[in-house]
Amino acid sequence: MAEPLLAVDGLTVRFGGSSVVEDVSFSVGYERLAIVGESGSGKSLTARSILGLVPPPGQVSARRLSLAGRDLRSLTPSEWAGVRGAEIGLVLQDPRFALNPSHRVGRQVEEALVLHTGLSRLERRERALDMLAAVGLERPREVYNLFPGELSGGMGQRVMIAAMLVARPKLLIADEPTSALDEDLRRQILCLIAELAEKHRMGLILISHDLQQVADFADQVIVMYRGRIVDRRPARELAESDNPYTSMLWNCRPSAASYGTRLPVLNAAEREALDELGA
Amino acid sequence: MRPIAKPLAGLLRWLGSIALGLAGLILVTFLFAHFSPIDPVIRIVGDKATPETYDAAKAALGLDRPLILQFAHYAGGVLTGDFGTAWSTGQPVGVDLARAFPATVELATIAIIIGAAAGVGLGLIAGLWPGGWRDATVRVVSLLGYSVPIFWLGLLALLLFYARLHWFGGPGRQDVTYEMTTVPVTGFLLIDTLLAGDKDAFFDAISHICLPALVLAFYSTAGIARLTRAAILEELHKEYVTTARAKGASQARIVLRHILPNIRATLITVIALAYAVLLEGAVFTETVFAWPGIGRYLTISLFASDIPAILGGTLLIGACFITLNSVTDLLVGGLDPRLKR
Amino acid sequence: MNRSPSLIIGACIVGLAILIAVFAPLIAPYDPNLQAIADRLQPASALHWLGTDGFGRDLLSRLIYGARPTLEIISLVALLMAPLGIAIGIVAGYYGGFVDRLLMRFTDMTMSFPRLILSFAFVAVLGPGLLNVALALALTSWPPYARQARVETRAMRRSDYVASAEMLGIRGPRLLAGHVLPLVLPLALVRIALDLAGMVLIAAGLGFLGLGVLPPTAEWGKMVADGTPVIFDQWWVAASGGGAILVLSLGFNLMADGLRDILDPRHG
Repeated sequence: MAEPLLAVDGLTVRFGGSSVVEDVSFSVGYERLAIVGESGSGKSLTARSILGLVPPPGQVSARRLSLAGRDLRSLTPSEWAGVRGAEIGLVLQDPRFALNPSHRVGRQVEEALVLHTGLSRLERRERALDMLAAVGLERPREVYNLFPGELSGGMGQRVMIAAMLVARPKLLIADEPTSALDEDLRRQILCLIAELAEKHRMGLILISHDLQQVADFADQVIVMYRGRIVDRRPARELAESDNPYTSMLWNCRPSAASYGTRLPVLNAAEREALDELGA
Repeated sequence: MRPIAKPLAGLLRWLGSIALGLAGLILVTFLFAHFSPIDPVIRIVGDKATPETYDAAKAALGLDRPLILQFAHYAGGVLTGDFGTAWSTGQPVGVDLARAFPATVELATIAIIIGAAAGVGLGLIAGLWPGGWRDATVRVVSLLGYSVPIFWLGLLALLLFYARLHWFGGPGRQDVTYEMTTVPVTGFLLIDTLLAGDKDAFFDAISHICLPALVLAFYSTAGIARLTRAAILEELHKEYVTTARAKGASQARIVLRHILPNIRATLITVIALAYAVLLEGAVFTETVFAWPGIGRYLTISLFASDIPAILGGTLLIGACFITLNSVTDLLVGGLDPRLKR
Repeated sequence: MNRSPSLIIGACIVGLAILIAVFAPLIAPYDPNLQAIADRLQPASALHWLGTDGFGRDLLSRLIYGARPTLEIISLVALLMAPLGIAIGIVAGYYGGFVDRLLMRFTDMTMSFPRLILSFAFVAVLGPGLLNVALALALTSWPPYARQARVETRAMRRSDYVASAEMLGIRGPRLLAGHVLPLVLPLALVRIALDLAGMVLIAAGLGFLGLGVLPPTAEWGKMVADGTPVIFDQWWVAASGGGAILVLSLGFNLMADGLRDILDPRHG
């Protein structure tokens, strides 16, 4: 069997005595995996663990955590610095906070190149401008000189994507990349991410709480609840899932159809079964 | 508002607040003098004077006029540089202050340079290795420095480094031998001795300024380190730091290249405030080290119950304090790139 | 993670100081003002654990009694500045408009004054003594309390909580005292802890310059001043007073750090 791009087996994250992520296992190839769940389900922490970004006092352990065959569990800080940005990229939720307000756009987009390549200043600028154009910004040269405070939400997110893809990582993790954006922008940005992942042959992990979004853009879906995986299936099968939690989430999607109706909830037996899973 | 009007309005508001602060200061010192139990009239005529002599002297001093007029006269004088006449020296207080001021500024400036460098440095160290032993050490050192009475520290420093170890010069700005020969040009000894080409006097001045400057610097290092550390730790929790880390930036790069620009405004404010506090603390350090600056002038005037001198010195330091803080506010407003729109 | 070692250690130190001050007559081995010129300037010994000063007075006893003026001054300051500041802030925040603007101008102006120098001038010109020192410090330190109280009051002013109380007919001072005050107080207490550390130093400094309590009352700052002329040979006279100041100020700073840790653990 071919080595998956990312292999995760038995990932557990503990804070003090309690586990916030428990025994999570999955693998990702050059495809799009979505991790969905409510807030607090542990999906963000799972993503951060892959990048070694779980802050102390959190403790991460796993039976296996490897990227393209390389064991990520025992990396030193400087080895991590080599992996992050170059092999794995991370797009965060809100560009207003995720971009450094004191650095110009150009500098932030080029940073990964500064850290991981030996390109000259001119070459870096060229790559950065290309990337800014590739993410759909109309006047890359202008945007290059702006500060993040001068960007709109959509522009900021595009900049962030550009900054993370410029060093051509193998795997991109997008943690709620559209949650801070207006409805009409969301599809655009997701399309952009999906296209670029396709074009540059990257694996994509999309973290979201929006099932509709996930159904439209992902190949495989993992549903998490209270730190555990409760369901995994291809995205096209989400609507017909036999898992009560998944179908409840699916049926709770906000839409014109459900407007004014009572939203479904789990009954007592279903909840107990779910809690047992998370015990 | 038209483009030019907005910053202009802001500037006027800023000037207004400085003016208000200075006006308040003048009012407060005036009220202190007015309510003082020391009667300036008796000081002149003695306590055995007849009522007529007393009244005549009082009128001559202008103290029989309505309070408002007295205040107007006082304020007008202060604004034109007339702080009255010192009771103990007989000189205009303004002259005394002008002579003493450079000594205080020289000491405070050297101290803040050392203190800010050390303070920011220590804060950076705590930020580069947060949660470790270096961080804990910085916390302890700044806590101690923050809690120590500065006059006591000065005394102990004199005891140890001057009397016992003979590393530095003792009290005063210079040895007596150089006092007579140095020609005051700027009032700043370190500059004047260099201008005169007098190497020995220069090194003597350095050896005398070292100890008080280091003592003052220690105090401001503590405060600056504490606030720098806090500012860095606060930023470390922010999302843009996570982004930088996700790109592969090292802790050093994050603290120095990412965080530092964002806390620049805070640091400048902190350092400026520390400088202002140093000017205040001069009262103690200059007394301990017999440093002939405003602080020492204030304590000597205190022991002589010389009210015009005390209030003149207070006004000068107070005005510096208010102006320094106001200027810092103005500068910080212009430096922060996040405010550029 | 609710305990903070800083807070505990700090509170212990402060508590100890208070106990020492209260029970001074029982703890001190000698009368602090008892002069014994024959025994002046003695180093530490079995008879005098910290030695004696220039008048032959036992330093340990003076140190113990010296806790009193310092603690009295800072208690008085706290009792003066907090109510004053909070009252001004609440009035400004509640009534808004012109009253608010006027009071805030006044607050900002006072806030821009140099606290130490003005306290110095106040006491220098208006006479030394415990009350004057406390007054001087209080009158220059109330602004932050006013600001804090105003912010809280304004937030409350707009809240439904207050609106419903008003609808019930509770207005004005009763509203302020009963509803706004309980919210403002806890924050003010934290700020007081932060301020007191600095107050200890300023009060001691003024004592050093002879502006504190009148002699022969033992006071730490004055003890350092007494020890200054003999610092090079009989250093213990000045060292003991200053050490006490350091420890008490440290205690308050630890408490303040501890309180801050508890309120916002991220800053740990």
